[in-house]
Order: sequence, then structure tokens, then C-alpha cells
Amino acid sequence: MQQEIVFSGFGGQGALFAGQLLAYAGMDNDKHVTWIPSYGPEMRGGTANCTVVVADEPIGSPLVRHPSAVIALNLPSVDKYEALVKPGGLLIYNSSQVDRPIYRTDMQVIPVPANDISQEETSAVTGDSGDARLANVVMLGTLVQATGILPLEAIEAALEAHLPQRHMRWLEPNKIALRRGAALAVPEAA
Amino acid sequence: MAKELWKGNEAIAEAALRAGVEAYFGYPITPQTELLEYMAREIPKYPGRVFLQAESELAAVNMVYGAACAGVRVLSSSSSPGISLMTEGLSYIAGTEVPAVLVDIMRGGPGLGNIMPSQGDYFQMTKALGHGDFHPIVLAPSTVQEAVDLTYGAFELAETYRTVVVILADGAIGQMMEPVVMPPARPVMTEQERADWALRGAKDRERRILTSLHLSAEGLERMNQGLQNKLARIQQKELRWQETMTDDADLLLVAFGTAGRVCTSVVSAARRAGLKVGLLRPISLWPFPEQRLVELAERVQQILVVEMNAGQMVLDVKAAVAGRAPVHFYGRMGGVVPLPDEISAQIDKLVSEPAGGTGFKTGSNNGYGQPKAMPAANGVRA
Repeated sequence: MQQEIVFSGFGGQGALFAGQLLAYAGMDNDKHVTWIPSYGPEMRGGTANCTVVVADEPIGSPLVRHPSAVIALNLPSVDKYEALVKPGGLLIYNSSQVDRPIYRTDMQVIPVPANDISQEETSAVTGDSGDARLANVVMLGTLVQATGILPLEAIEAALEAHLPQRHMRWLEPNKIALRRGAALAVPEAA
Repeated sequence: MAKELWKGNEAIAEAALRAGVEAYFGYPITPQTELLEYMAREIPKYPGRVFLQAESELAAVNMVYGAACAGVRVLSSSSSPGISLMTEGLSYIAGTEVPAVLVDIMRGGPGLGNIMPSQGDYFQMTKALGHGDFHPIVLAPSTVQEAVDLTYGAFELAETYRTVVVILADGAIGQMMEPVVMPPARPVMTEQERADWALRGAKDRERRILTSLHLSAEGLERMNQGLQNKLARIQQKELRWQETMTDDADLLLVAFGTAGRVCTSVVSAARRAGLKVGLLRPISLWPFPEQRLVELAERVQQILVVEMNAGQMVLDVKAAVAGRAPVHFYGRMGGVVPLPDEISAQIDKLVSEPAGGTGFKTGSNNGYGQPKAMPAANGVRA
């Protein structure tokens, strides 16, 4: 088994951290993992993305032309990666931010209203209108459930171990976000 | 020891700390900066060890020189343009025969180039790290774990041979995260363990002299002969490489570092397609595993060298192979990492043509194809 997942979004949307959570969880479940970020000029003002490879065998190339799955947190990411997903692969996109149709029909597509879910869950904590900080983890939940790459509990354990200490009050909301994303892991009817 | 997920640059820094590095001098440059930042943050936790961000790479390398002369375990790191600035000092270190470890996280060049992964410093590192006759030991990791292991061992290697050891990686290895098992932390060396040539104050003992200046021709030739004898010993004893499915290979890939690990994916794909492809991944680039390449060249039908440059290591491959098998080249420049599918496409072309065919299969027309493709005009330039 080898899966290659691209996480892509605006800087600040948590694409790189969501990728790290998957890499940590894979490592702790005895998988081979690589996490490689885009660190070029595009990370300043454009999309930030990372590629995570999770495999049973040692990993050769940490970069791939056609990932088996893409998490697209914003429209530029959908525009960039829709054409690149492997045939039969999976595109998960943030339908709170992307309102255009997906054209390809040879892959699984799951729209996730990640910002809306995040706002509901964050406002429950802050008491105000909430924000989109959990969108990345919502979509990670969808990915994990849809691909079966790892058990959801593995991501929860990674959250417990690697959420920065200053954000620990967000641990439970993150776990809820993960579960709500997982519940959406049913492909759109073709 | 449990596996932890480490970013390459930080993992190299931690490995150096665990190897008992006592001093780090450097200057920030992408894609290496996390190494310096890690040192800045962590070294102060170890009393007696020194971190210093110099005003330039030129200053940093001379601080390295000074620390090395004092018998101190010392490290510097940079990326390609910064290494160019250091080369005068590195030649002095080599000429004085004191140990130092240097990390180069290569980026695209020449000039300022860009910050993307590249292997454009192969020539500079293996052949011309400064003026005069010397080679550093150059070690090229292809994973974060290997970067850790090579860095951890580099200090002893440097001290054994009183030489510069270079860890030659690229932006991909510097920036990526992979699981790592860290080696145990060693204490820094005691005063009794210090080298018997180290300059630490001559009170109550004979004075010692460390210099790269030898004014008489005979004296300098004698010094050079000693240096060459040492390099010959290194060539005998310090060869490192890794092979993947070479036993029955018809086509041999030769690639190092990131290009080398990408080629392991190519070998797997080729084998699934029924093609007998193997990989020789040199880990020590100097000394170069020439003899092993000769043995493999005797029995493969052709060789494809893959690099993230215009064709540098391929010259060493050709020199070693010396016509025993056709040597082809595929390279990407400018910070582009070649992906498995494009390398596989090169292999498909090679195996679909008669062995030793037209020979020139590169994405870049750089003149390193088959001998017949070389211009015949050697030496006739007006």
C-alpha cells in the first residue's frame, strides 16, 4: 500500500499542519511516511501545500506528479490539483470556499463545507461567530474515513501528542471536527 | 529509541549536538536556515558550547578554522552561494590538515539561482572546494535518517583523517520530515581526549605550529605528498554506497541523494513492468565508489545516470566505466526534482533501442552523451 496526499490551501488555513498530523499518525502506526512542504516563493502569498506519502514499504520519491488524494482548502488549490489527481483517486474540496463544479468524472469527489463546520464548532467554544481554524482537521477526517488509510483514533492520538501546548483547549473541538468530517466521507452520487 | 518525525535541517543539527559538537558558526540562507536556527535555540542549553552567527559566511569559515586549530569539534552549514564564499577558508583548513564538518543544503544555481532543491554543487564539493590539491570527504544522504547517521559519524571521520567532511544534501532533504531514530548523545571530549596537535596554550610544553604556509617548494611538495598519501588511504577505506536490485540488472541507474531515492521508485516500477533495472547509489561522492562501478559495468548492458544538474557525477561514472558499457544521462536543472515517471520514460526509450544505440537521451542537450555525440574539434579552437 502506498498513498500520496496533497494538502493545499492559503497560508494560515493549516494545510501543512494537517499533513503533519497524518504523517505523525502514520509513523505511530508503523507506516513509512514522508512530509514535504512547498517552501518556494509560492508559499508567500499563494497556496501553501505539502505532500504526504504513507506506505508499507520504504518510500522512494517523496514527490509525485499524480497524488492518490488531494485536500483542497481553497479555490486556487482546486484549480491547480483537479487535473492532477490520479484517475480513480479522491478530491476533497472545501465547499464553503469553492462554488464551481468539479469537471472530472474519473475520480471520487467529496465536497466538505469545512469552514461552516469549523465556525459552528469554534463558536461553541468562543461564544462569538466562530472562525475557520478547524477546517483543515474537518477535511482530514473526511480523508481518513474515505480512504481507510489509518483509523480515526490514530489522528486523535496525533492531535493529543502534537497540538501545540498553547492550543490545548482546542483539543476536544479538533476531535469533534475530525469526526464531523469523517461523517461526510460518502462520495457525491455520480 | 522511538521514532520521531524530524525535519531534515533540524535533524542534522540535533545529530551534530549528539555527536558532541562544541561550536557552530554560520550565516542564514534558505533552504538551510532551520539548521542554524535550531543551533541558536539548542546550543545555549549545553554549557560550554558555542553558537555564533557571523557577519558573513567568509567570517564563519574562518571561525571554524580557528576552532578546528584549537582541537574543538566544530560545524558550519550553508547553502550553495554561501559555500562559494567559504572556499578560501576551506582550502586553508585542508592545507593545515585540521578537522571540520560542513553541511551544504544545495539550492538551484549558478549565482543566487533560487531556493529549490538542486545537486549543482557536485563538482564544487568533490573537485574544487578551494584552491590547491585536496578533496574533502563528501557524503550524500538520501533520507533524513541517513543525514542523521552520516552527520553523527562525520566528526570522527574528520578527526581520524584531519580533513574536511561535507554532508551534501539538497533543499528537499533539508525541508522534508521523516521518521528518525536519533543516536545516543555523546559527551563532549575531555581535555585528555584532545588531539595532540591542538593549539590550546603552550604553557609548560613545546610549542606547536599549525599552518598552511610552506615557503620552500620542496617543503610544500613534501607537505602535499603527505596530504596525497592521506587522500589515497581515504580512497581505500571510506567508500560508501548502496545497491538496489543490481544482481541481475541489465540497466543500471546511478544516482545520489534525492535523485537516488527517487530512482528507488523507478526501480520498483521497472521491475513491476518486467524490466531488469537496478540502482547504484553512491553515498561517498568523494571518494567515489569507482571499483564497484567497474564491476557492475562489466555485466550490465547500459547505464543511466540521473542527477539534479546538467551532468556532473556522470563524468566520474564515465571515467570509471571507461567504455565497458554505454553511459547515458538524464538531468533536471534549476531546482526541478525529476519524478519517477519521466525517468521511467527514459528507461523505456533506452531498452526499446539496440544497446549502445544513438545514446543521447537527456532532457537537456549538454554534450555528455555517447562519445560519438561529442564534438570532434578538440583543441582546434583558434
